[in-house]
This record gives sequence, C-alpha cells and structure tokens, in this order.
Amino acid sequence: MNQPFRLPEGGLIDRDKPVTFRFDGKSYGGFAGDTLASALLANGVHHVARSFKYHRPRGILGAGPEDPAALVQLEPNTARTEPNLRATEIELYEGLNAGAQNCWPSLGFDIGAINDVFSRFFPAGFYYKTFMGGPGWMFFERFIRASAGLGVAPGEIDPDHYEHTNRHCDVLIIGAGPAGLAAARAAASTGARVILAEQTAHPGGQLLDEAAGQTTIDGMSARDWVKAVREEIEAAPEAMVLTRTNGFGYYNDNWFALCQQLQDHLPLAERDANKPRQRLWHVRARHIILATGAIERPLVFAGNDRPGVMLAGAVRHYLHRHAVLPGRRAAILANNNSAWQTAFDLKTAGAEMAAILDTRPDAPQVLRDRAEALGIPVKTGAAVTGTLGRRRIKAARTGDIEGDRIAIGSAEMIGCDLLAVSGGWSPNVALFSQSRGQLRYDDDIAGFRPARSWQEEATVGAANGTFDLAACLAEGAAAGANAARVAGFDDASQSVPRVSAPHAIDYDITPAWRLPMERKTDRAFVDMHNDVTSKDLDLAVREGYRSVEHAKRYTTLGMGTDQGKTSSVNGFGILSEILDTPIPEIGVTTYRPPFKPVTFGAVAGQHVGANFHPRRTTPMHEAHVEVGATFEIVGDWLRARVYPRAGEDFDAALQRECKAARTQLGMLDASTLGKIDIRGKNAREFLNRIYSNAWLKLPPGRCRYGLMLNEDGMVFDDGVTACLSDDHFHMTTTTGGAAGVLNWLEDYAQTEWPDLEVYLTSVTEQWAVASLCGPNSTALMAELLDDLDPDPESFPFMSWRPAHIAGIPVRVFRISFTGELSYEINIPARYGRWLWDRCMALGEKHGITPYGTEGMHLLRAEAGFVIVGQDTDGTVTPIDLGMDWAVKKTADFVGARSLTRPDTARTDRRQFVGLLSEDPTIVLPEGSQIIATPHETEPRTPMIGYVTSSYMSPNFSRSIALGLVEGGHTRMGEPVYVANKNGTPHRASISPVNFLKELGGAS
Amino acid sequence: MTAKRYSLLSLFREGLNGHKGWQPAWRAAEPKRRYDAVIIGGGGHGCATAYYLAKEHGLTNIAVIEKGWIGGGNAGRNTTIIRSNYLYDESAAIYDHAMQLWKGLGRELNFNIMMSHRGVLNLAHDDNEMRQLKRRVEANQLNGVDAEWLDAKQVKEYCPIISISPDVRYPVLGATLQRSGGVNRHDAVVWGYARAASALGVDFIEKCEVTGIEIENGKVTGVRTTKGDIKTGKLASVTAGHSSVTAKMAGIRLPIESHPLQALVSEPLKPIHNCVVMSNAVHAYCSQSDKGELVIGAGIDPHISYTQRGAFSILEEEIAALLELFPIFSRLRLMRHWGGIVDVCPDASAIISKTPVAGFYINGGWGTGGWKATPGSGHVFADLIANDKPNDIAAPFTLERFETGKLVAEHGAAAVAH
Repeated sequence: MNQPFRLPEGGLIDRDKPVTFRFDGKSYGGFAGDTLASALLANGVHHVARSFKYHRPRGILGAGPEDPAALVQLEPNTARTEPNLRATEIELYEGLNAGAQNCWPSLGFDIGAINDVFSRFFPAGFYYKTFMGGPGWMFFERFIRASAGLGVAPGEIDPDHYEHTNRHCDVLIIGAGPAGLAAARAAASTGARVILAEQTAHPGGQLLDEAAGQTTIDGMSARDWVKAVREEIEAAPEAMVLTRTNGFGYYNDNWFALCQQLQDHLPLAERDANKPRQRLWHVRARHIILATGAIERPLVFAGNDRPGVMLAGAVRHYLHRHAVLPGRRAAILANNNSAWQTAFDLKTAGAEMAAILDTRPDAPQVLRDRAEALGIPVKTGAAVTGTLGRRRIKAARTGDIEGDRIAIGSAEMIGCDLLAVSGGWSPNVALFSQSRGQLRYDDDIAGFRPARSWQEEATVGAANGTFDLAACLAEGAAAGANAARVAGFDDASQSVPRVSAPHAIDYDITPAWRLPMERKTDRAFVDMHNDVTSKDLDLAVREGYRSVEHAKRYTTLGMGTDQGKTSSVNGFGILSEILDTPIPEIGVTTYRPPFKPVTFGAVAGQHVGANFHPRRTTPMHEAHVEVGATFEIVGDWLRARVYPRAGEDFDAALQRECKAARTQLGMLDASTLGKIDIRGKNAREFLNRIYSNAWLKLPPGRCRYGLMLNEDGMVFDDGVTACLSDDHFHMTTTTGGAAGVLNWLEDYAQTEWPDLEVYLTSVTEQWAVASLCGPNSTALMAELLDDLDPDPESFPFMSWRPAHIAGIPVRVFRISFTGELSYEINIPARYGRWLWDRCMALGEKHGITPYGTEGMHLLRAEAGFVIVGQDTDGTVTPIDLGMDWAVKKTADFVGARSLTRPDTARTDRRQFVGLLSEDPTIVLPEGSQIIATPHETEPRTPMIGYVTSSYMSPNFSRSIALGLVEGGHTRMGEPVYVANKNGTPHRASISPVNFLKELGGAS
Repeated sequence: MTAKRYSLLSLFREGLNGHKGWQPAWRAAEPKRRYDAVIIGGGGHGCATAYYLAKEHGLTNIAVIEKGWIGGGNAGRNTTIIRSNYLYDESAAIYDHAMQLWKGLGRELNFNIMMSHRGVLNLAHDDNEMRQLKRRVEANQLNGVDAEWLDAKQVKEYCPIISISPDVRYPVLGATLQRSGGVNRHDAVVWGYARAASALGVDFIEKCEVTGIEIENGKVTGVRTTKGDIKTGKLASVTAGHSSVTAKMAGIRLPIESHPLQALVSEPLKPIHNCVVMSNAVHAYCSQSDKGELVIGAGIDPHISYTQRGAFSILEEEIAALLELFPIFSRLRLMRHWGGIVDVCPDASAIISKTPVAGFYINGGWGTGGWKATPGSGHVFADLIANDKPNDIAAPFTLERFETGKLVAEHGAAAVAH
C-alpha cells in the first residue's frame, strides 16, 4: 500500500504486518504499531476534522490525549461506534473504519464552514446577546443544537461488557516514561506491591520519541533500557505494569481510578465477547507517584490551526515511533530550545528544512552551530503572522517581532508543508491538582508545577517541571525508593541510572503567549477544540469576565473533550497580558477528573442489566411462577401479585383470592418482610426507645405491633416484633423498608445510645414465611404441626410458639394483616418451597387458595390496616392514624418530643379515615385529591386530603377506600368530594377505617 | 452607566466594529462604607435578590459581596433542571412562582439565559411510584401547575431513546410530564441578573469574604469583610453550601446538614436527547445541553462534608442508573465530573426567613432543588428584606416551622413500599 510519507526504516511499527483501514470513505494502508493519526500522516492526510464552532479544517496537532481537534467517529453506523475519539490515541487494527464528524456533506466541503465566513458576528458568548426576541429561544435552539455537538451517539445496545476490579498496593505510579520507570524499578526492587500504569501501549514516554542512539542509559540505548527495566519490574514478585491504562482520577485517601483498555486495539473480528472490553481499576495506594510528563503548548498566532501545523514534540513522536515524515518541507516556530531538536531530526530524516523561526531575540550558539552544520536557515525574533493552504499548510508568512507588532517590511513568505511549533512545555499537573495539591507558577519553565502535596504523593520528572533526563531518572528513582520506604519496604536499590546524551538540549524558554498579528481580521486560536481565539479572551475581559473562571466559562476555553490540555496555560498567559497581572495572580481553573474521557460502560462496570440492582426472589418464587402468577416489584423484591387461573383476568383473580381468604383458606408468601434479629441485655430498652409504644413488659412468647417514628414524629415503618426471650427479639419490618430500618437501628445503637448492649442482625433471607389465613387455617395447621396445638384458644392472637413441621423447627406466629384468623409459619429458608407445596397439598381439601400482594392489600384495607408508605407519606403521626394507643406517655422514644409541637399536635391535621363513594361501583382513583365542595375544580382549589388506597371489595360487594382527610376523625359520615379530572367530582362519605366492622358487622 | 442593549442588531454592529464597543456586563466595585442592604453571596439567588430589591423595591444603594467570583458556587455546578411540579401547596406555590418568572426572564434581563422549556419527565418504575406520581399530578393540576400523566407508550413517544422494555430491573411504567419544565444556561442567569442589577446601581464586590457580622442590641449594624468593614442595617445571607457557617457568625444555629452533591457531563454529541428525564428509583437524571453534552446528576453523597467533592462510587451508581434508563449511552464517555455542597433541611424544603437577629435574613437550605427556584426565591426574598415581613409565598419557609412542626415535608413523597 502506498504510504508516501513513511520512512524506509525505523520506528516501532511492524512492517511485516501491513494493515488496511478506511478513513472518511477512503482506503489506506498502515502497519501494526501505528495509531490512526500516524497512519494518516504516513499517507499524507493532515486534514482529519472540522472544528466545533466555525467548522474550520483541523489537522493532527499532537500525538496523544492532548490533541484538541483530531476527533473522529470510529466505526460509524455500527453498534460499536464511538464519537469524539482522538486519531492520535486510536491504535490501528486491520479493517478499522473511521469517519469524519461534525461536517456535512463531507469533510472536504462542509456547509457549516459558513460560520467561519461570518465568524466576526459569532464571537465568544454571542448567543447570550441574541435569540431572545421573535419566535424565542425555543425556535433558535433547534438550529444551535443541530450545529453544536460533535460526533454521533450509538443507536444500538453496546455489544461489549465491562468490569471493575479492586486492588490495594504500596506504590502506584502513573506514567511509564523515564521517571515513572525509574520510580517503579526502585520501588519494585524492595518487594513492595507496585502498580505502574501507562496510558499508551508502550512504556518509554519521551524516550521512544527520539532517534535511536541519541541517548544511552546505563550503557544501553534508551529503547533497550526501557525494555530491560520493564522486564525487571514485571519480574519483581509483587509488581505489575498496566499498559493502555488511563489513570484518570485521584480521589481522597489515595484512592485512584484507572481504566484499562483490553480489546480496543484488536480487529473487530478478534475481539472476545466473553472478555471485558475495558476494566476499571479501583486502587487504594499507600503512596502514589505521578510521573505524568509534560504537555507541549502550541503558539498562538494567526492561522495557527491550519492542518499541517503540529506540535514539535509530536513531529518527533511520529518520526521516531512510527517512521513517518509529517512533512517534506518543514519550518519550525518556537519560543524555546526543545523544538530545535525537531528541526535537526527532520533534516536528518531527509526533510527539507525551510527555516527555524524562534520568537526569542536570540538563541544559544550551540544550537545555531548545529543548525548551520545541517544547513538550516535560522531566524530569531521572528513570528509567523499567517498561514496559507486550504486543507494543509502551503506557506507561512513570517515577520520580525518589534515589541507587540511586526516590523514593517519584514514580512516574508516561507513555503512549507509542515510547521512544527512549540510554545513550551506545561508539566502535566492534572492528577496532582485533582489530589488537591497546590501549584505554583515557575517563571523558569513558564509553567505551573507542584508546590505542595496534599496526599501521600510525589510528582516526579517532567510533571514536576524537571525536564533534564538524568534529573528525571534520579528524581524517579529516589521517589520510588522513598515511596517503598513509607510503605515499610526499606532496601530499595540505590542505583540511579547513568545517562549519556551528548547532544541533549536545555529547555530554556522565553514565553511568547501570543504573537503579534498584522491584520485586524486575523485570528489566532488558543483553544482549538472549542474555537476560542485570543480575541475572544480580549472580549471576555472587556465585558468584565476578568476572573479566570469567568473568562473560561464565557469563552468555553478548555471546556472541550481535551479539557484544555494544550490551551489552558496559554489562556492564562494571555489573560495575564490582557489584565496586566502576573500569572500567579491569574491562577488556574480547577482540574477536574477524569484526566481523559472514560467510557460510561466502564464506570458502570458489571452493574448493568440484570446486575444493576439484583432482583430478589423468595424461596417459594418458583412455585408462583409455575402456576402462572403475575409479579409486582416491591423494593428489591419480585412478589407474586395475583394468581390468575386460565381464562381469568386480573380483577377476577383478585376477587376470587380475597373471597377465599375470608371464607375458606388463603395463603400468602410473606417471606419478603424484613426480619431483624435483636439481641443483648438492653434489647428491650432499645425497642422501647425506638418504637412509639411500650415494650418493657412484653413477655417471651408474645408479639406486639409497633410503630417507628422519625425525629419529626412521623411514622416511617411498622411491623410486629416477637419476644423470643428476655434479651432476644424478632422484629419484622415492611418489605421495602427493611434495609432502611436496619440502618436506622444501627445508627441509633452505634451513635446515639452506645451505652446500650444490643446486636442487630438481618435475618430476612434466613426464614421463608407462609401466612395462612381464613376459617380453615386452624385445621390445616393442625395437620401440619408435629407438636403444637393450633387451637386459637390455647394459642392466642399476638403470641408465637416454637414448633416442628415434619421434624423441621419452625416459629409460628399468631398474627394477622387481614383481620382474619391467621398463622404465620417461619421456616428455615431452604425448606420454604417444600413448605409451600406441603401446604398446597394438605390444604386442597380445605379450599386453600394462594393470594398475592394485591389480595393482601385489599384484605388489609377491608380490615382498615395501614400500609406505611402507601397510606402514609412521611407527614403522618400515629395520632393522625388513629393509633393513639400506640403512643406511650410513660417513657421517651424517638419522635416523642416532636408530637407535642404546636402544628404536630393540631387536631385538624390530615387524618386516616375510610372513604365510601356514594356510587358503590366507583373505585375512587388512588392519588385523587379530596376537596371540600363539589364545585368546578379550578386551579388553586384547596385540597383537604387525598385517597391513599382504593379497591373493589369482594367481601362487601362494593368499593372501599382509605385516605387522609383534614380533621377526618371528627367528621365521620360527613360528605367529601374527590376531584375527577374527567368529570364532576365523586361524592363520598367519611367512615371509620375498619370496614369489617363498618360493613361486615364484625366486632 | 447605561449598558449597551443586547440584540441581533447590536451584535451585527459590533461585529463590524471588532466588538470594541461592549462594556462590562457588571461593574467591578469596591465596597462603600455603608449600604442600605448587603447581600452575602453572589450566586443565582443572591444576584436575583439584588436585582429584585433594586427593581421592585427601589433599593439601589446595595451591594452583593462574594467570596470568590459570582456564580462560582452551586449556581455554576448544578444540572439546570427547571420544574415546579411539587406535591405540596407551599412548594408548588414558590416553584411555580419561579417558573412564571423564568418564562420571561431572558427578555426581561436582556440576556439570553437559553431557557428551554423542553419538558421534564419523572419516571415511575413500580406501582407505589405510580401511585405517588399520580397523586402529584392530581395535586399539581388543582394547584394550577402544568402536569400530566403519560403511560409507558406515551413516554416513549416523548423521549424516543428511553428503554421501555418490560423485562428490565426498573421498567418504565409511566411518567409525569411537565411541559413547561426544562433546562437553561446557569452562568447566563447569574451574569444576566448581575448585569441588570448593576445597571440599576447595585455594587458587585468579588473576592470579598465575610469574616464577621456586627450586631448591636440584637440588631445587625454591619458586616466585616476581607475588604474592610461595611455598615448596613439589612444583611442577607444567601450562601448555599455554607448557610450554617454564615448564620453562625450571627450566633444562629441552623437545622441544616451539608452534603456533597455530584454531577457530570459526557463529551458533546449531536442532539440525541430532547427532554429532561428524572428517575427516583434508579436515581439519575439526564438532559442534553445545547452544546451537546449529556448533563447527568443523581443523589447526594450520604456523608456530611464541606469539601466540594464526593466519592467515585456514587458516580458509578449514577452512571449504572443512567445506563439502566438509556442502555445506548454505554459507549459514550464521561468528560468531566465535579461536586458542590448542598444544604439540606430536615424537611427537604428551603429557609427564607427573618432571624432572631433583627435585620439579618437567611435564604438557604434548598437542598438539591435550589436552581429551579432562583427567580422565585430572589423575588420573595427581596420582598422579605424590603418589608421585613415574609409575603404569602415565603411565609411557609420561615425558621419557626422547625419549632411548630409545620414542615413542608417534600422528602416524604419518596416513601417505602410495603
């Protein structure tokens, strides 16, 4: 395959493995080891994207996550498509297909570029000043939204899966450049648990971005040294190297999140569906070393965003890692020494060097000499004032800097197809900043560097502003040894790698935050992701957005997918010039996680689909499934709702079940009720304080219904608790409230009353519960039980007994949520299914009928029992419920004090009552509001209550409802009206809640 | 100073002029020795309060003092959801008051706040939630708040990317829809209020931290700041996230707990999500900004803290919840996440109140719901400051309710299932 810009030799590519790929509809060739960016450059493709706002052609500026604009849509129109991926980070695989994004109809001809033509009318924040009138924002928003955004979201379910893993380690090192490698080697040599994480596929960092042989370390070529050190680390017993791993988040207490790519580099056909695509690592480290390197800044000059303008370091990257010559005739523009190396390397690799342009008035003689020796023209005190070329740079216009302008008559046009720029290097302090470390601005390096750590952390190498290789290695090795020592591992290898780099270049920068421009209409881009120009910053300041955070938000500087990696510091420098304020006083904007974007799927890990919140089912669940029950979600549980028989609809089944439960025998799977085992010598006192009613005198063998109030005096859970022995109780809670109640109890036990000896254990899953109800229940119980007489006379209501069924120990409770004669059998969970089947078999002759949650709700409503959470909403006191009897006067309990507050003690509060609609066929809709008068329901109609529960009662052959009504307890028999948005309000009368007594004549 | 009016025409003219003619949106002021009223806190509520004090009550010798930069607290950290479909009359009244003000606010301030009434869906995933939400719809309708109930199919029509598969852990059974709900641009609201208030004479003093409150004979006389002492007879604290800290300077202990609340955005995408979706059960809410980012939030971090950051585990749950609702978002990427501090009252409703210290007023405790109230909150708070008496809308939100028990118990609506 033709790769005209590929060098004949060198690079870390595998020339034996050619790769075919597509970009923007065209087919190209590359090699294994390429990135999409390097392969495109090898094919001479610089124009790869359109910019966010002005749709300007954009090229490949950088070589890693810092690149602001070379964003593509990977695998468009497939389930695996991903928007906004950086071409510089995509590892090339066979068959890769990448599309251009944010352009229409094509990358080459993009209608959106009209924005660029009229860009003078679209400066920063233009949208705040217009689109308010006429048809209004909702009209204009559609067009703004359509032109904004970048790539396209997938339209299909993600075929891949993800996982989380947790690790503790002694030393976590982020970044496997020279400093990180030296640190990891030193730490690993002690036997400490070491994790070294590298975002790319290859450790080595800058050492891979230089000509082979340029540097020797410990007598080896830099590349051999990298290989040797990696092997050494991996051979250490407790150390590991994670590549393709984005260490993205530094949180409290040295907790770190990393995202490892496991399969994205493989051809689609080779990806293993049984393995995760990415793995999210949760690492808690005793000590963390940040060796995250430095990020090169572009220079801010007119036309600096043209494709073919690249960072000088990135040019070296492509040259040496990928054997790609990014241009045949190149120019350099820099404000520091480092970019000169790029000129020398390009020339050596066979490119023609048009010029080295240095913005500084002078440059070191040693560099000048080398340039002269290579025949490269040098111009100092020079700026670029414009670039030519549509989809790739053809020429740069240069001129002499004279103060803040260009000397008249100094302009010169330099033909070039590559302009390598360097505005200096910013220590990559994003993670350090996330850790809450303090930064300081260092004039010597013209950048922010770590000043003071906040956590157990050290930043080393270029990330620390140390740019000299030998110093980086020494700093890394020392930090690695120290980190291991902190973690308790003393005998670190003390050897510091020896460096020989005879031609190493000092950094030496004189900042030039923005270069002079010649024409009023010239634009220089600070943020190439969000199309923020230096003039936008001028405008922001002019309009009063002077704080760095205001300027950022007004212009959107640094708010793109690159999070300002190449633009932030330049922006701060320019603001400093505009405001005539030193950079340290300008400050920095907050670095927020993640360091680079992380896939949502990876963040969710395995907690998706069925594993999101695992659904809980009871031991008897399959029995319900087998007979075709329908189910209801209740909290975490799936509960049988009704058991329709063939040809029966929901309502018919419900009516049948409820009838049977009152007239014959019903059975409910009540296993989901929360169950808490409470022990300890103060268990009784504990209950007495937690529940609003009295518990001190409940003897063993007896049960009691209790109400739990929150501190405001409002009911928040209820249930029956049984006394097993003097210091041992079995509490039941609502199904949905179980976890919350346990937390509540633990909170009080541990923080409010630590003096009480009480131990709480959730036993919800330990017991399966069958609740038998109806006149025939005693007969069935008699057959079931080995050793207990179920006669209600000897086994009275609200008591419990230990017993056996077929030799299995059970607890039988004589409690009822239906108002009917009932028994609740608690059996060890593993016998739950057996018990259900046994009851069904023995109960057949007694007319046993399983009933579900819907029947339970209806039956309890007939009896007037409250469901906390349905009939209450956190604003209901026991007195409101008519349960004054459950409020003790003799002792304190949680919520007691609030009950005496004036509003809580009002007697006209919303109170729990029965509601009987005038028309007995009308089931008042639950949630309907109750109003005092039947008039039209106009807005601001005063509401005096609402319907909480409502059913068609089979046992009374009419509808019944429960509700909360203002002053309801003293309004028995009075009419109220239930708002009905479909017609006139329903008339109903207030009744006591116990319909068994009201309508059924029960006593 | 008369600010240049923003319009398409002025933008066009300035475009020809290189945008040299724009003036600062608000004047950067240094403190005077005395003001008729001083507002502590230059967030959304504080700036709105200043604007309404100047505009509706003629109090123009007033200042907003801000520790950092205006809009830098919760105003700049929230997910900008606007709705007023609250259950209780008191809440519905204040949030709907805000909603009515939001509707014309951009034009009134002459600053495009990008108020997008694209509709807010509150999803129901089980019977109990359906019951609760239907009750709310009924109450909303009687309160004059726009609200309707959608079944699952209608939800899918309104928000085509949502999954309504019945075979998931949290199936979508239905939803409430408030069509007037939506999102807006938070920075623009703060800047717009500041600009309009500044034009009326209000001083905005940034980088000015309050260090103490001067009280004589139970009455406020001034405020001490890092930029010097300021005399005033009316001092209003609007310091969400630090309400308790400010109140303590006046010797007042508030019934507030402060928690981190986190939010996040995805990378910008072409339009895919056209409304606001909220779900209590899975615990996530999501909209798409005009710039294209998915803006996602969830519940508070359970611990109490003044650090503006929470635990990553909370985000993991939040994103898992998001993917439960929108499985197609799995391959999209988290671009930025951050935290703020929310002040939560025991009843999850706000405090807009006089205090035991005469001339000292508090607006805070909005929990996670403050943003949507901004104009309404500022409007009634300005009224309270000007008249030293709460109006009908503000009256239920006084501090006294924690003594009387007359709570506005909004958190009660999220109740347990039996």
